[in-house]
Amino acid sequence: MRARRLGLVLLGLASVGAVALAAGPRAGLLVAIGIGFGLVLEGLRFGFAGPWRLMIAERDARGLIAQFLAIGLTAAVAFPLLAANPVELSPAHAPIGLGMLIGAFIFGAAMQVVMGCGSGTLVNAGSGNLVGLVALAGFVTGAFLGTLNAGFWGALPGLPMASAQSLAGSTGGLLLTLAGLGVLAGGFALRAAPGKRLPPARLIWAAVLLAALAVGNLVVSGQAWGIVYGLGLWGAKIATALGADLSATAYWAEPSNVTRLSQSILTDVTSLTDIGLILGAFLVMRGRKAPGAPVAPLAARGWLLVLIAGVVLGYSSRMALGCNVGAFFSGISTGSLHGWAWFVAAFAGSALGLKLRPFVLIPAARPQGAPA
Amino acid sequence: MSRPKVALIALAALAALLVWDAAASGLPQPFAFPAALALGSGAAPTGAHCTRN
Repeated sequence: MRARRLGLVLLGLASVGAVALAAGPRAGLLVAIGIGFGLVLEGLRFGFAGPWRLMIAERDARGLIAQFLAIGLTAAVAFPLLAANPVELSPAHAPIGLGMLIGAFIFGAAMQVVMGCGSGTLVNAGSGNLVGLVALAGFVTGAFLGTLNAGFWGALPGLPMASAQSLAGSTGGLLLTLAGLGVLAGGFALRAAPGKRLPPARLIWAAVLLAALAVGNLVVSGQAWGIVYGLGLWGAKIATALGADLSATAYWAEPSNVTRLSQSILTDVTSLTDIGLILGAFLVMRGRKAPGAPVAPLAARGWLLVLIAGVVLGYSSRMALGCNVGAFFSGISTGSLHGWAWFVAAFAGSALGLKLRPFVLIPAARPQGAPA
Repeated sequence: MSRPKVALIALAALAALLVWDAAASGLPQPFAFPAALALGSGAAPTGAHCTRN
């Protein structure tokens, strides 16, 4: 066991070193941060979709309150950093719009169907969950397809760009953000069942570590933690390899996207942390004494529906201007008002997704004579 | 299918994407590597993010 764990540590270090040699120290650091995200999310079982389900279905607010804690801790460092370094660091700000709200609602539903959000799908795939791997293939496809209609959804009615900083300045915006998170945490705690209010030490540690990694991501890459752009880029690269000409599409004709598409994946910051996330989850799964039971097999129709739900997850993440990480976690922790609207819409969508789950995750027929 | 097998398929697919991409797009030029940290580099971030369309 010890030899295997040593081998896994060496694999992680070798991956970081190889990327640093191939694409520079920043790329290596971002893969290391991504591995850190994977280690924390999988190792300490910190998630987004799962705690939302627990809150809705079992009135268990512990995981959700831990999410607010992680966002608040990140905001406490990110707000002053962004204010002091407006040139070098960029927040995850986006406008609130009808397309964004519809997208967030659909994303919330789809993430409950496939049992994983943006980060969760990567972690699930890396830790050997077959539903996660199939959903990830759909996510990559959907995130790419979403870029082809991004202009349409973005043109639907919406509000002007606004942020906590634009409303109340940096310090005032931070206080507003922390107060908002406190009100949400308190509200969910009041709604929660007795004994399901205070996060356990494991989730508090995870929240602290996630916040440290998110700040590290901001300091190293110059922008907030994100997931979706990288997956859409992978889809665009695959589409191009299959002969698609994306130069006529508005999204991929935009100069910065042209650059991303023509250059190595290792120059894209969200791709680097996405790669690290998958690897980090793999390291945790293989480092355990037992890797855990495989997911229960689904009927063929169930696998097809998981793939379709993955496509919907990816497509809606583009409509919503981000997933649970880029819009919710990073949006709120860097002052974007759209992160709050995203949370409300996605949480409502999650309630619907939980009702849809049994129609998608259709178990395979048990062979005759098999134990029940 | 066991978890290690599924995870190895995920890693193999990822490795195939990276190898194919390196062959198709090439690797970054060593002398064009950005500074290790964006903070303190004096340069604006050039990375893309999902919040921007």
